[in-house]
Amino acid sequence: MKNLKLYIPVFAFLILAVFMWRGLYMDSRTLPSTLIDRELPEFELRTLSEGDQLVSNADLPDEPFILNIWGSYCLPCLQENPIFMSAREQGLVPIVGVNYKDRDNLARDWLDINGNPFSMNIVDDTGRYGIDLGVYGAPETFIVDADGVIRYKHIGTINYQAWQDEIMPVVRELQSAHAAQSAATTGQSS
Amino acid sequence: MIPELGNFSLILAFSLSILLGVFPMIGASRQNQLWMGLARPLTAGVFVFLSISLAILAYSFVTDDFSVQFVANHSNSMLPLRYKLTAVWGGHEGSFLFWTWMLGGWMLAVAIFSKSMPTEFVARVLSIMGLICVGYTLFMLATSNPFDRALPLSPADGADLNAALQDFAFIVHPPSLYMGYVGFSVVFAFAIAALISGRLDAAWARWCRPWANAAWAILTLGLSLGSWWAYYELGWGGWWAWDPVENPPLITWLLGAAMIHSLAATEKRGVFKSWTVLLAIMAFASSLLGTFITRSGLLTSVHAFASDPTRGVYILGFLGLIIGGSLLLYAIRAPILKSEFGFGGWSREVFLLANNLILVVASAAILLGTLYPMVYQAVTGGDLISVGPPYFNTIFLPLMGILVLLLGIGPVARWKKTSKAYLFKQLSKVAIAAVVVGVALPVMLTLGVPVTTIIVTVLACWILFSLLRDIQSKIANKPDVWSGLKSLPVSYWGMQLAHFGFVMIMTGGCLTSIYSVERSVLLSPGESAELGRYTFVFEGTEDVQGPNFIADEASIQVLRDGEYLRHLYPQKQLYTASNTPATHMGIDGRFFRDLFVTLGDARNQGAWSMTLYIKPFVRWVWIGSIFVAFGGILAVTDKRYRRFKVRQVQRAAPVTNTSAQPVVEG
Amino acid sequence: MSQIRLWCRNFLVLSSLMFAMATTAQVDVFDFETAEQEERFRQLANDFRCPMCQNANLTHSTGGVAADLRREIYNQILEGRTDEEIEQFMLQRYGDFILYRPRLTVKTILLWFGPALFLIIGLWVAFGIIKRSASPNRNNDESGSEATRPEDLTADEQARLDRLLSDRLASDPSTGDDSPDDSRR
Repeated sequence: MKNLKLYIPVFAFLILAVFMWRGLYMDSRTLPSTLIDRELPEFELRTLSEGDQLVSNADLPDEPFILNIWGSYCLPCLQENPIFMSAREQGLVPIVGVNYKDRDNLARDWLDINGNPFSMNIVDDTGRYGIDLGVYGAPETFIVDADGVIRYKHIGTINYQAWQDEIMPVVRELQSAHAAQSAATTGQSS
Repeated sequence: MIPELGNFSLILAFSLSILLGVFPMIGASRQNQLWMGLARPLTAGVFVFLSISLAILAYSFVTDDFSVQFVANHSNSMLPLRYKLTAVWGGHEGSFLFWTWMLGGWMLAVAIFSKSMPTEFVARVLSIMGLICVGYTLFMLATSNPFDRALPLSPADGADLNAALQDFAFIVHPPSLYMGYVGFSVVFAFAIAALISGRLDAAWARWCRPWANAAWAILTLGLSLGSWWAYYELGWGGWWAWDPVENPPLITWLLGAAMIHSLAATEKRGVFKSWTVLLAIMAFASSLLGTFITRSGLLTSVHAFASDPTRGVYILGFLGLIIGGSLLLYAIRAPILKSEFGFGGWSREVFLLANNLILVVASAAILLGTLYPMVYQAVTGGDLISVGPPYFNTIFLPLMGILVLLLGIGPVARWKKTSKAYLFKQLSKVAIAAVVVGVALPVMLTLGVPVTTIIVTVLACWILFSLLRDIQSKIANKPDVWSGLKSLPVSYWGMQLAHFGFVMIMTGGCLTSIYSVERSVLLSPGESAELGRYTFVFEGTEDVQGPNFIADEASIQVLRDGEYLRHLYPQKQLYTASNTPATHMGIDGRFFRDLFVTLGDARNQGAWSMTLYIKPFVRWVWIGSIFVAFGGILAVTDKRYRRFKVRQVQRAAPVTNTSAQPVVEG
Repeated sequence: MSQIRLWCRNFLVLSSLMFAMATTAQVDVFDFETAEQEERFRQLANDFRCPMCQNANLTHSTGGVAADLRREIYNQILEGRTDEEIEQFMLQRYGDFILYRPRLTVKTILLWFGPALFLIIGLWVAFGIIKRSASPNRNNDESGSEATRPEDLTADEQARLDRLLSDRLASDPSTGDDSPDDSRR
């Protein structure tokens, strides 16, 4: 019937309106990571500790760890620092830092003043490794499992809420999986 | 104290709008002369109070009243006076008050220039606009009040107006854009009034056309100014970015173009009535959609105001109510509108229908591309994609190509019935000439075979020659050319001018995209670089002080084929209050090409990086749009639109049959 | 408004302004071996989106990552990578967001073929209108029976019309053809 066709604009509009309503509450600015469930990209870079020694993926912890992209210029990184410090003091999980597009002396000063929560600090002064990680600005944080596979990415500052609700659950899950796996392998080998 | 008066005035405007939205409308259904008669006075009242509010906001800016939050966010004591005034629309709250005031302005214009329309009709139209005004003022009072105070601790000085907005174009672009955009609410109100009353005849179309064309022509100017501003302000020579906030006014413009053509057919032939109404509703809907997208943070854009989901939900609700309601009304009442019929296969009606089709499809495609990332994210649960210029250009340009093809035939075709033989006779030579000249020109000028360019020039010649042919055939019977030209009505000239302007825009836009060149160089003082036939000699920089900025101004000598042409003075600025950098380009703008230079950064020993551009034909885009706007206005300057008073004799007739009563109850 | 809310709002406004400003001109000076390379660079930088900006391509962003990515593209062009390889490189790291020309996948079919679909639907509607209009009988009365059409004129109105038509013929000769409007049957 002809009349029914006239209702098409109304219905099309209503569908559009519903989508737009949902769209209002979506975050269209935070890029989801393409690296989830993929291995951490390879690198061979130096660290902040004295000496020109290079480190690579082999030097990363053999257990689940956190990889944090930071810089001395980055204000939100300063806000995250206490949380990481307390994590280090409690020995919750190793935290590896990637000093992103920074200068060594400034970075070392920053760590001296604020405290160094990082077990190791990879220097990415050109930002090239950051590109491989899909980074677009500090701070960004990855959770990597014992096999070097990225399992989670958090963009932006980690406040206490995010730490408790997002980060730690994933870390604990990876840690228990890792513990179970190593128990199984030690069980097998003995 | 004074800002509080501004707030109070806004509340008064809100209250009067409610009265306006309610009483005249009910009065029209009940034939209550008193209530209908309230429409004009209430409209005047709404306009007065909106004006007072706007004036008070402007006053707060001029007097540096930083206790008003909006002023503190967008002004500074060192801001030049003209920018203090224009800062009124420099942010969300103020610009929305400005938008609403524009609505008040259009309402007042309708109230004044509607003496030849029946009281009942005017009452309905003003009521509808009043209801829209209720929505806008309520939005401001509830979520975005420009008069919010920063008390008790007001800042000592303001955050300054965004550096990119401290520019002449900012004085003219938002007002013209808003004026055009908001103007579509007039035609919308006319359309709704027609649906409610069930009567849509040639008289309705005749009243409607000046308003439709005026809004559309002004929107053309507004869009054009925005494009020109982006071009010389942003520093990279782009004049249209297909940005999510730029696209909605383009959609409104396209739908508006479809509407004014449909309206012309409705007026002259009584056809396409429900189409015209639907287009009027859709054009207005797209203007509301534009407001929604810009102010709700739904889509990411450089132009977007700071986002806030609460505001977004409100506007969406308003959108849903008004547009959903109108479209529902349309679905129910459209069958009442009986259009004429009986037009044949190659008639002008068919070409206008094709025109509408393409414009609507183009609008739908742009809307699809603009909203797709949002829909994609919702449906896939979080994946993001981007839809940018490559997509829009691929979709939009071929559609415009088809439109231009048809544009050569449409105005030549006759109403109701045109024989193919007639069209062939009129246009076959035109087609051949267009192909010959269109191929020859680029081939001779570039000594090659640039296919895309040839397509563009053939289409441009097609329209130009078809236009000339039509004029020629229309004056063929006149004694001489001059009297023939004078005999053609102004509205005809308007049409041809607008079409010519449109083709100029398309041609200039395409050619500039194909033939623009640029080059980035690092020059020390004294060094030069070449681009095309021009040489740019960098002579060094000097420090320059503006009212609220400091800058490095470079002096560049431009030579053409080795001969001195002129100097250019690009600047790299720093606005001290907000500590934001900005660039001011050095431009040499001519009819056939633009040259410009953008400064990059200072390097060692006075050397600067800079980019040099040659952009052929880019001015055609804006010159063409001026023709389009002017043509659109000319098309409705005929005397029949300017009859504001109906002769008393007709008014005196008894009410029974000759007033604007529907003969059949709809 | 409380002081904290005030501060937050200021910060939000200022930070959005800063993002807005991040798209003024950006000038890198790269040395290319051939003009063709330089053209490829421009094209690629135009078609990739800056991951951190408010909707700008790599050419027009001043953001840090944008500069890094431009340099990366430059390096890869010099290394001899093809456009497809560079695009793959970007996709692997930043996902579809970074492409301004969306890839044609199952999920974007509607995007790429939507306009053609609209055109086809539109043509169908238009032909329907033309066909209906060409038929001489108005059999398709949607609203059921009607005694008279709303525009039928009374005798008074008809007389006014005849008078107006004769006025109009004198003053407005061009409505597309030489016969007066016969829009009233």
